[in-house]
Amino acid sequence: MQEITRDVLVNKASELMSAGTVDRVLGWMRGEFDYDITPAVFSTEEELKNNFVWNDFCGANFSKYLIRETQKSENKVLVFLKPCDTYSFNQLLTEHRFDREKVYAVGIPCNGMVDMTEIKKANEAIKAIEESGDSIVVKTLYDGDVTLDRADVLLERCKNCKSKKHVAYDELIGDDGEIIESARFDEVAKLEKMTADERYAFWQNELSRCIRCNACRDICPACTCEKCVFDNPNSGVENKAPADSFEEKMFHIIRAFHVAGRCTDCGECSRVCPQGIPLHLLNRKFISDINEFYGEYQAGSEVGNRAPIVNYTTEDLEPGEAVGRGGIDA
Amino acid sequence: MQMNEYKPLIVAFCCNWCSYAGADLAGNNRLSYPADVKIIRVPCSCRVNPMFILRAFQKGADGVIICGCHPGDCHYTSGNYYTRRRMALLFSMLEFLGIERERTRVEWVSAAEGAKFAETMNDFAETVAALGENKRLEDLRCKK
Amino acid sequence: MRKISLDKLDLLFSEIAKSAKLYLPVDTDNGAKYDVWEDGKKLSDALNTVRSAKDFFFPQTENLMDFKMSGKNIEIIDTRSECEDFVVFGVRACDVKSFEILDRVFLADPVDTFYKNRREHGVIISMACNKPAETCFCKTFGIDASEPCGDIATWKTDDALFLDAKTEKGEKLLSALEKITEAAKDADAEPQKALIKERLARLPLAELETSAFGNGKTNELFNAPEWKDLSESCLGCGTCTFVCPTCQCYDIKDFNTGNGVKRFRCWDSCMYSEFTRMAHGNNRLSQLERFRQRFMHKLVYYPTNNDGLFSCVGCGRCINKCPINMNIVKVMKKLGGKKNG
Repeated sequence: MQEITRDVLVNKASELMSAGTVDRVLGWMRGEFDYDITPAVFSTEEELKNNFVWNDFCGANFSKYLIRETQKSENKVLVFLKPCDTYSFNQLLTEHRFDREKVYAVGIPCNGMVDMTEIKKANEAIKAIEESGDSIVVKTLYDGDVTLDRADVLLERCKNCKSKKHVAYDELIGDDGEIIESARFDEVAKLEKMTADERYAFWQNELSRCIRCNACRDICPACTCEKCVFDNPNSGVENKAPADSFEEKMFHIIRAFHVAGRCTDCGECSRVCPQGIPLHLLNRKFISDINEFYGEYQAGSEVGNRAPIVNYTTEDLEPGEAVGRGGIDA
Repeated sequence: MQMNEYKPLIVAFCCNWCSYAGADLAGNNRLSYPADVKIIRVPCSCRVNPMFILRAFQKGADGVIICGCHPGDCHYTSGNYYTRRRMALLFSMLEFLGIERERTRVEWVSAAEGAKFAETMNDFAETVAALGENKRLEDLRCKK
Repeated sequence: MRKISLDKLDLLFSEIAKSAKLYLPVDTDNGAKYDVWEDGKKLSDALNTVRSAKDFFFPQTENLMDFKMSGKNIEIIDTRSECEDFVVFGVRACDVKSFEILDRVFLADPVDTFYKNRREHGVIISMACNKPAETCFCKTFGIDASEPCGDIATWKTDDALFLDAKTEKGEKLLSALEKITEAAKDADAEPQKALIKERLARLPLAELETSAFGNGKTNELFNAPEWKDLSESCLGCGTCTFVCPTCQCYDIKDFNTGNGVKRFRCWDSCMYSEFTRMAHGNNRLSQLERFRQRFMHKLVYYPTNNDGLFSCVGCGRCINKCPINMNIVKVMKKLGGKKNG
């Protein structure tokens, strides 16, 4: 259950709209069920009252929508940002992707978001989902009520939440949290300890499921190219389907590399993957390497930070030294 | 010499200002290096996009080497420093995916180092030959 | 009608697998998927597979032909091979209906011989849905999940599987299974059918209806102002199209292998900016247009060209998988007037 209720956010949004600070609100819109929530732009208080929702299924990160939204009007748009969303927000500002003056950002605390895929693994026919404290009650159509421990069904990124602290906002609702020492690199470390053969088998299995729907790329707040190289018929690498297992690897390596140093580890890629591929592990590998080679770096922690990949020192380690370290076993 | 001895195909991206001239010098001095090393001249080692490396593997390379100016000697002041960071991260990622780390390499070879160029290529070709054909980053459609 | 007790399912599968490759839904860490049956593989209890059954007849990528260049000559190599016989077990009523929709596209003149080849060699064993989910709305499109079509229809009760042949192909297969199955009366499966029917009627989307769509509604709906809000947050990814059992658009591409050219086709998505790109550029420049195309195709264009048959089967995959939770149900409710609320 979230600490702040929906009504607090609706009131805040209505207040800012009637005061003329903003003329529209980027928020979460109610769906058919309790969990299918869509990002939407609300432009009247009526709409807010009827359709705005804030619950455990509001995973969507709005930062990327600001690029398009701020181009639509000269007026300010109100955006609600969870702590992890603020990192993407800063990173986009660092890259001059939208006009800060056209945004009014309200930071809201987040208790972690629930992974619907995880809930549906065991319960397929769901009538309703109720949130109460630390548990989730799934009311099924045929098998009665099932009570789940909320901590068990959080999104991976929320189980390993890196920060409850907002790094950007105009106004904050509730108290700000702290940066968390999470276990988010444990899975990367585990893979590093495997043999090359095991790692190859692991990724071959994961990536072979890729259907090249591009959801990971299209949701990614770091993927903001006007035209992706993989969509450009003149690039020579455009492909619409993984016609060979090589293409799955190429797409995911290049995508992860292109966001290396800019990826804030918001976890949207893994959240939306329809095939359940743990794409965040590729990004985290780059983040943990960057931390180790070039010093701790968190993309988006401040506006204007220079990403390690567009920086250098004369003492950097050689590529030959970057491989075969520590646990990594050929 | 055996008839069917396996010879790896190697793609070498060479900086126009140093190692490409180094390759020239190796030739002038009649130093031999494997004929299966295919040199692609680039204006600077940092021109090499990770995509180039993957594409080389896709189209049949068994090993990819990038040769640039020694750190501090870049014709454009700092290009090779960027190469160093990018390739460190890329190679580490390839290793993370279980791809043999010996298939990729970065070497700094100046225009005066013809001997080093030949030595590097001989050594790299030997290392890659020991690994055998590239199976993990291959595109089956490109096989003859 | 025949029946077999559930503890003999493995026997049934091994008997079918003797004559043809048998595919059935199995559980994985990431939901159910169709897999080749072999000893030890268990039939999944999941309502449906993550990817649809269209993959069997219309795979995501398919090689069409090869070209080889030698000097000034181009040699064209036909890479086609006759498909081997296969049986797909456990296809849900919605997916079975999707084959009819695909047939109208691929088997109409000019016939798609790649598709036809697979279709002729495949036997579909469908299975009624004991536990339809909240995301199911097959009823909206006239599909009865308690009476699935296919070559053989099956019903699973607590202790037995009832099998009923629906086509000649199905009868042939079922008669070959006579030794291991026992005769049953049609009435024996009735209680199960009644239970499913009752459940279908109570689904949250049971009232969704189609009267606002179909033949001749193009002008009315094309410029509807609702498209703007509906498409506003669409990412333009291809998830919905790729998990959809009825999306049938594809692109034909050439791949230069370095020693020849492979011509292949692969699924395309109307959500992509490069969809149906022509020499003059793209004809749908905004995501609104691309988004509208997908739903107009399913709800208006296709029925207009196919005797009112909608090209959605209500399987609910897009509801489960869309990254931003926009889907055909929301589109139908918003555009469908009062009745769909």
